[in-house]
Amino acid sequence: MTVIEARGLRKAFGTTIALDGVNLRVEEGRILGLIGPNGAGKTTALNAILGLTQYQGELTVLGRDPWTERDQLMREVCFIADVAVLPRWLRVSQALDYLAGVHPRFARAKAEGFLAKTNIRPANKVRELSKGMVTQLHLALVMAIDARLLVLDEPTLGLDILYRKEFYDSLLNDYFDRSRTIVVTTHQVEEVQHILTDLMFINRGRIVLNCSMEEFESRYLEVMVHPEQLVAARALKPIQERHVLGRSTLLFDHVDRQQLASLGEVHTPSIADVFVAVMGNQAGPAQGAAR
Amino acid sequence: MNMPSNATPESPRDPQVLAPTVISATRRMYWSVRRELWESRSIYIAPLAVAALILVGFLLSTIHLPEKMRAALALNPMQQHELIAQPYNFAELLIMGTTFIVAVFYCLDALYGERRDRSILFWKSLPVSDLTTVLSKASIPLVVLPLVTFAITVVTQGIMLLLGTAVLLGSGRSAAMLWTHLPLWRMSLGLLYHLVAIHALWYAPIFGWLLLVSAWARRAPFLWAALPLLAIGFVEKIAFNTSHFAAMLGHRMSGPEGAASTAGKMSMDSMMQGTLGQFLLSPGLWIGLGVTALFLAAAVRLRRQREPI
Repeated sequence: MTVIEARGLRKAFGTTIALDGVNLRVEEGRILGLIGPNGAGKTTALNAILGLTQYQGELTVLGRDPWTERDQLMREVCFIADVAVLPRWLRVSQALDYLAGVHPRFARAKAEGFLAKTNIRPANKVRELSKGMVTQLHLALVMAIDARLLVLDEPTLGLDILYRKEFYDSLLNDYFDRSRTIVVTTHQVEEVQHILTDLMFINRGRIVLNCSMEEFESRYLEVMVHPEQLVAARALKPIQERHVLGRSTLLFDHVDRQQLASLGEVHTPSIADVFVAVMGNQAGPAQGAAR
Repeated sequence: MNMPSNATPESPRDPQVLAPTVISATRRMYWSVRRELWESRSIYIAPLAVAALILVGFLLSTIHLPEKMRAALALNPMQQHELIAQPYNFAELLIMGTTFIVAVFYCLDALYGERRDRSILFWKSLPVSDLTTVLSKASIPLVVLPLVTFAITVVTQGIMLLLGTAVLLGSGRSAAMLWTHLPLWRMSLGLLYHLVAIHALWYAPIFGWLLLVSAWARRAPFLWAALPLLAIGFVEKIAFNTSHFAAMLGHRMSGPEGAASTAGKMSMDSMMQGTLGQFLLSPGLWIGLGVTALFLAAAVRLRRQREPI
C-alpha cells in the first residue's frame, strides 16, 4: 500500500524554488531518510506532506489531500518538527489530557508507560524540562499514537549523543513495525544509516538519488586502495577520492565488487560520504561543503 | 477514563487491533477551550485578583458604613439608592473593565503567540481543524470571559452585601435599607443582560478584528490592530473632511442606541425594560455579527496558511 505519492510537486517562495517537480512514492513499512543540504527543500517537502504548506502538483498521503484535509489526516499521521515546538507553558499531565481528549488513536496508558521510564513527572511544565527531556516527552506522546505515518524533521537537533541514540533506539524497538512508515530528515546521517530502508537525496528542490538501502549497498562501494593500485583504481572512475592517514579511499558507483576487491579493502560507504560525493559532483563547489 | 478500548497496554506490534475511539466535534471543542484556559490563566486570575482587592478595600470602608447609613436617611430615595449602590456598581465596573482588557490582550496573542513560539507545529500535528481552533479561541472573549465576569461579580457583590449586613448588625443597626436598595437578584440579571448584549454580541467584531490581526501579523499585533484604524480615520478626514469611520468606531465602543446612557449606570433596570427588543432589531448588532463572522473566517484561512515566525 502506498503511503505517500507525489507527482510533479512544486513550491516556490517568491523567486526561490523550494521544490522543483518532485516525484516520490513511499510504500507502507518503509523508513525513508530524506537527506539534503540546508535549503534543499526537505522541510518544504515534509510540510507539504503534512498539510502545512500549499503546493502545486499532485500529492496524496494515505489517500488524502493533505492541504484540504489536514485535520482528518492527522488522525493517522504524527510528526515531530523539532525539539522546540512543545509549548513551554504546557504541563505533562495537560499534554496527556489534551491528547486523550482530541486524538482518537492516542493510548494514554502507553504514553504514561513510556514516561515512567524517564525522569519526567506529570506535574512538570515543558519549560522546566531539559531539551533532551522535551524530546523524550514528545516522543512518548507520539509513540502512544497508533499512527500509520510518522514524520520526523530533524528530531534530534541540538541533543547530546546519549539522547540521540536513545531516541532512535526506542523508535525502532518500541514503535516501528511493518505496518508503520517513517520519514526522517536529519543532518546526523550516520545515526540513521542502520535504521533506514530507503534513502533519498534532495538538492535544490530536486531528488538526486532515490534508492533502497539494499540498492545503496550494492551500488556504492568504498575501497581503501593499496598505493601501488592507485592508477588502476582511478581508471575505474571513482566518484570521489579522499586521503585519510596516508591511505587513499576511493568511492565507486556501479562498479563490480569482485573487481574492486583486488584493489584493496572494500567497505560499504557511509551515507555521509556518498552524500558529499553526489552533491559535490552534482552541483559544483558551492555545494561541496554541504556536509 | 475516556478511552476504554485504548487504555489497556497493548503490544506495539499489533496496532491494527485497536479500534480508534470516535471523538465528537463537541469534545474536541471542549478540550480546545480547556487548552486555552491552561495557557492563559489571566482569564480568571486577573478578575479574581481585582475582586480580592475590591473586597479588601470594601472591608476597610465598612468602618464608615454605619455613619453613611445614618447620613443616607436624610436623603431622598433616589440619592439614597445612589449612595448605597455606589460601591457595588464600582466593583462591577472594575471587574468588567479588567476582563475587557484581558480579552483584548488574549485575542491579540491567541493566534500570534503560537506562531512565535512555533508551538503551532505541535497543535497542527493533532487532528483538530483550524476552524475548531479559531472558534475555541473566539469563545474565550465571547462566552468564557462574560461568564467569568458574571460569576466573579455576583459572588463579590454577595460577599460585599454580607459584610455590610454583618457590620450594620454588629453596630446594632438594621440592614433593611441595604437590602431594599440592593436587589441582588435583579442586579445579577441586569449584569448578565449587559454582558451578553454588549460584551459578547456588540463587541464581537472588536474581538473578531483582534483575532484576525493576531492570525495575520508577523510582529507587533497590537500596532497592526490599532494603526490601520487610525490611518483610515486620518485618510478619511484629509480626503473628505468627514469622520464617519471614527464615529463608527466610537459607536461600536460606546454601545448600541439607548445603551450608551446606561452603560455606566449599573442599575440597568431601564436597559432591560423595552430596550431588549430595540437592541435585537438594531441593524448595528446584526451588521456587527456579520462582520465578526467574516473576520473569523479570514482568521481560519490565515491560520491554515501562516507558518511559524
